Amino acid sequence: MTELPLIGEAIAVAAEPRLAGARVGVVTFPGTLDDRDAARAVRLAGGTAVELWHADTELGDVDAVVIPGGFSYGDYLRAGAIARFAPLMSKIIDAANSDARLPVLGICNGFQILTESHLLPGSMIKNDHLKFMCRDQVLRVENSNTAWTLDYQAGQEITVPLKNQDGQYIADEKTLDALEAEGRVVFRYVGFNPNGSRRDIAGISNAAGNVVGLMPHPEHAVEAGFGPESLDGVGGSDTDGLGFFTSVLTKIVGGDK
Amino acid sequence: MPRIVVDVMPKPEILDPQGKAIVGALPRLGFTSFSAVRQGKRFELTVDGEVTEEILAQARDAAETLLSNPVIEDVVNVEVVEA
Repeated sequence: MTELPLIGEAIAVAAEPRLAGARVGVVTFPGTLDDRDAARAVRLAGGTAVELWHADTELGDVDAVVIPGGFSYGDYLRAGAIARFAPLMSKIIDAANSDARLPVLGICNGFQILTESHLLPGSMIKNDHLKFMCRDQVLRVENSNTAWTLDYQAGQEITVPLKNQDGQYIADEKTLDALEAEGRVVFRYVGFNPNGSRRDIAGISNAAGNVVGLMPHPEHAVEAGFGPESLDGVGGSDTDGLGFFTSVLTKIVGGDK
Repeated sequence: MPRIVVDVMPKPEILDPQGKAIVGALPRLGFTSFSAVRQGKRFELTVDGEVTEEILAQARDAAETLLSNPVIEDVVNVEVVEA
């Protein structure tokens, strides 16, 4: 775990030493792709990343969990459907629903796993245009009070990569109205809806705000020189995704936010 | 050996992007009589021995729990097919 930073000025925010005590678990399923990037994002934000394996029967000593992207179990059956029943997932579901409200972030396939787990409402179906799409995506942070968005301002626009085929968020109108009314639409696509998601929804939270899921990939936008801006100049900065991780670390160590 | 067939379809109110693509492709091949296509899934669960009511109930349970996602899909058929 000593491979960072890749380049000299990689760390956009000087990581606070006190954040290192915060332990964020990153789950690996068979077929997970982005676990290393997620763990790296945790470390670049100043925290301690803990590798978790889907077959583990204990969650261990972690203060938060990231369920990263990829194609768990090959996306067989439905994206996230089989991963949802992995032994570790039942521990994560219990911890997320417990009084301790374990912060859980599901990214892309992780978001799909969280909806299949019923930690978050709705579901993802195939993109309306049926193609796999990979692009830099502008998002608006609609709710900056969740465990994973405290370091953003409400209304702030960020640019992070998006890459998926089953990214169209759907839920019935009643659920969508409830999400809107309760401020649980955490991220919305700006300028272009890349997959037909209802009401341009890119990410949502549970009622308590400790569980957040989104299709785009903040963990791929945490390091100068490797983020969206350097690819096609969409805007934003290379490190717009880092706030997810600094948010949860600060919350864990009892920040003053 | 008998099999239990489970058919799962996208809910009617949910646009089926794959079905939409198929209905677009059909007329290009000269199949012009079809105005809509919806694509579902068929599962075949093989049972070693006789299919009891209990096993059938298990299959229905599995269909609702794992084989379908009730947010987007309906289990439209569970039936026993003798091999």
